[in-house]
Amino acid sequence: MNMLKFLTAGSVDDGKSTLIGRLLYDTDSILDDQLEALQRSNRKNDDGTIDLAILTDGLKAEREQGITIDVAYKYFQTEKRKFIIADTPGHIQYTRNMVTGASNAGLAIILIDARKGVIEQTIRHSFLVSLLEIPHVIVCVNKMDMVDYSEEVFDQIVADYRAKIAVKLNLKDVQYIPVSALKGDNVCYPSDRMFWYKGTHLLEHLETVETHTGEEINVTRMPVQWVVRPQTDELHDYRGYAGKVLSGSFKLNDSVTVLPSGFTTTLDRIELFDKRPEEAVAGMSVTLHLKDEIDISRGDILVKSNQPPIVSQLIEADLCWMDTKPLDPTLTYLLQHNSKVTRCRISEVLYKMQINTLEKLYDEEFKLNDIGRIVIKTADPLAFDVYQQNKANGRAILIDSRTNLTVGALMFRAAAE
Amino acid sequence: MTKPDYLDELEAEAIHILREVAGQFEKPALLFSGGKDSITLVRLAEKAFRPGKFPFPLVHIDTGHNFEETIRYRDEMVARIGEKLIVGHVQDDIDAGRVVEQKGKNASRNQLQTVTLLNTIARHQFDACIGGARRDEEKARAKERVFSVRDEFGQWNPKSQRPELWDLYNGKIHKGENVRVFPISNWTELDVWNYIRRENIPLPSIYFAHERDVITRNGQLMAASPFLNMDDEDVVQRKNVRFRTVGDMSCTAAVESYAFEIDDIIAEISASNISERGARMDDKVSEAAMEDRKKGGYF
Repeated sequence: MNMLKFLTAGSVDDGKSTLIGRLLYDTDSILDDQLEALQRSNRKNDDGTIDLAILTDGLKAEREQGITIDVAYKYFQTEKRKFIIADTPGHIQYTRNMVTGASNAGLAIILIDARKGVIEQTIRHSFLVSLLEIPHVIVCVNKMDMVDYSEEVFDQIVADYRAKIAVKLNLKDVQYIPVSALKGDNVCYPSDRMFWYKGTHLLEHLETVETHTGEEINVTRMPVQWVVRPQTDELHDYRGYAGKVLSGSFKLNDSVTVLPSGFTTTLDRIELFDKRPEEAVAGMSVTLHLKDEIDISRGDILVKSNQPPIVSQLIEADLCWMDTKPLDPTLTYLLQHNSKVTRCRISEVLYKMQINTLEKLYDEEFKLNDIGRIVIKTADPLAFDVYQQNKANGRAILIDSRTNLTVGALMFRAAAE
Repeated sequence: MTKPDYLDELEAEAIHILREVAGQFEKPALLFSGGKDSITLVRLAEKAFRPGKFPFPLVHIDTGHNFEETIRYRDEMVARIGEKLIVGHVQDDIDAGRVVEQKGKNASRNQLQTVTLLNTIARHQFDACIGGARRDEEKARAKERVFSVRDEFGQWNPKSQRPELWDLYNGKIHKGENVRVFPISNWTELDVWNYIRRENIPLPSIYFAHERDVITRNGQLMAASPFLNMDDEDVVQRKNVRFRTVGDMSCTAAVESYAFEIDDIIAEISASNISERGARMDDKVSEAAMEDRKKGGYF
């Protein structure tokens, strides 16, 4: 069985939490004592049914306000697949928390209220999905029960989303599904009330969509997280380089280059605890042994010699700013790229996005939740790939060394001139 | 090469997280309760660091009211894997007057262990504590980051958690703060059991069905023991039970069970309509019981 991580994005009151509650409820993933707790909490909908939304609002402040502040992770499985849902806040103020939930997702569900259609927040969420390169999108037109299950309303919203968003953002795989999370139409069961809809219902689509592991990317990368050195009598010369293969795959006897030093050697042995596999593929946490003694430490990256990454100290990147303090170009920040941490400075702001209209803005200050393109200068050279081609080795975070907070998400676009 | 299944994915993710802890912190520790989740963590640490030593000790906060089977398992395991164990005793804090034992029928030392935990962290200056909490356990935990920063009072502030992006974990902290790290955040109870079965990991015997003297209190089966304040109303019965979660004897309820083997347990959990935390008295105090305890420094 494999696993799909997905997120739900939508504006406040579009019914995200209700949709997740419905998925969990209709797949029998809510246990009796949880249901009992739900009934005890006494929040009912107008029609007397229990409020599924409070299943996901785990914090007091969220229940008080009826909004989602932070990402909640929920788990369920069917016979076909195991799922991890990131229930992310829709409120503009919590965009950074949505990015947190979205960064590991293989699929995004974007909710649209059938009565409201495409709104600014829909564009904002879709833009983030495209920026983070989430491979699959499902547009769920929700609250179809409130518009008499009208085919025209659905068709109009689909046409609108295609023209205003999908085409402009070049979203590749987009499915459109009319649902009512409240009543359960087309969530886990097909709806007779929308006989006109011929596509798959939501769960069926989630169970069958292809998942990506990074294996299909043909450049092979493994950052070194930890050097295993037992230093005992019988393992005196043992020196293993431990890390997770980000993309591609290493096979025994592959020619391996260590960056940034550039030394090349041969892959001698792969260890996975008590196993000695002949291949280490993307996603595996392994320990590698090399033929030659080379100085390698945490922060270095091992790559297949014939597939070199870009090595540069000047990088063009998309930046999502996540701190309440605005970006300060006079400051030095810390940049964490895989296991490597280096000092850096923002040397140029190229533009900022007006996300709601997808227009570029110039000479703007980066404030909380702003997104745009910058040039960054690092103290040490980074060995990276372009995010669009290899997400796993194309992203980094910025840390403010005064507060230690994670203040920015970076997606590398190119080496800058 | 066959595609890795979900247990391989979860394992690789957890090993990655453990190695990040080793790489980023000066003095980490692995909090070990003797329960199945922390036992799973120990196996994952073996996978992350063998044939080397763990770059951290195991730390057990002993309430003094533990099941003796758990303590025996702990000591045997530590001897087998050859790693260092540090024990913080709640009794020491009671004796020193830093905490006061609860009174009444439902008295438990569960709350008191937070103080001992924070004192142990301070005494050894641990900057990261690895724990076996899972997000599927409880709705406040569903909100928690993998690297969860605690202030100098051990407090969790759910409203200002750091963004956590991709698999890039930011472990930078100020002196006095520490990070709670949860490598098996994304595992469910069933995942843990399936993993234990796959890896053939030994467990304390109380997880398996056995005969035991129990009393029924607040609708739950509690192990009859000197640690429970019992009176004439409590009727001791002999039953076939097992424990789904292992905590303090005064707050962990048993379930009636004939699951003698791990396959029986997995079948039982798969068919059960009650969550694991349904057997923990401490979560039933109020709707936000767990959130409140975590804000106070509880794991």
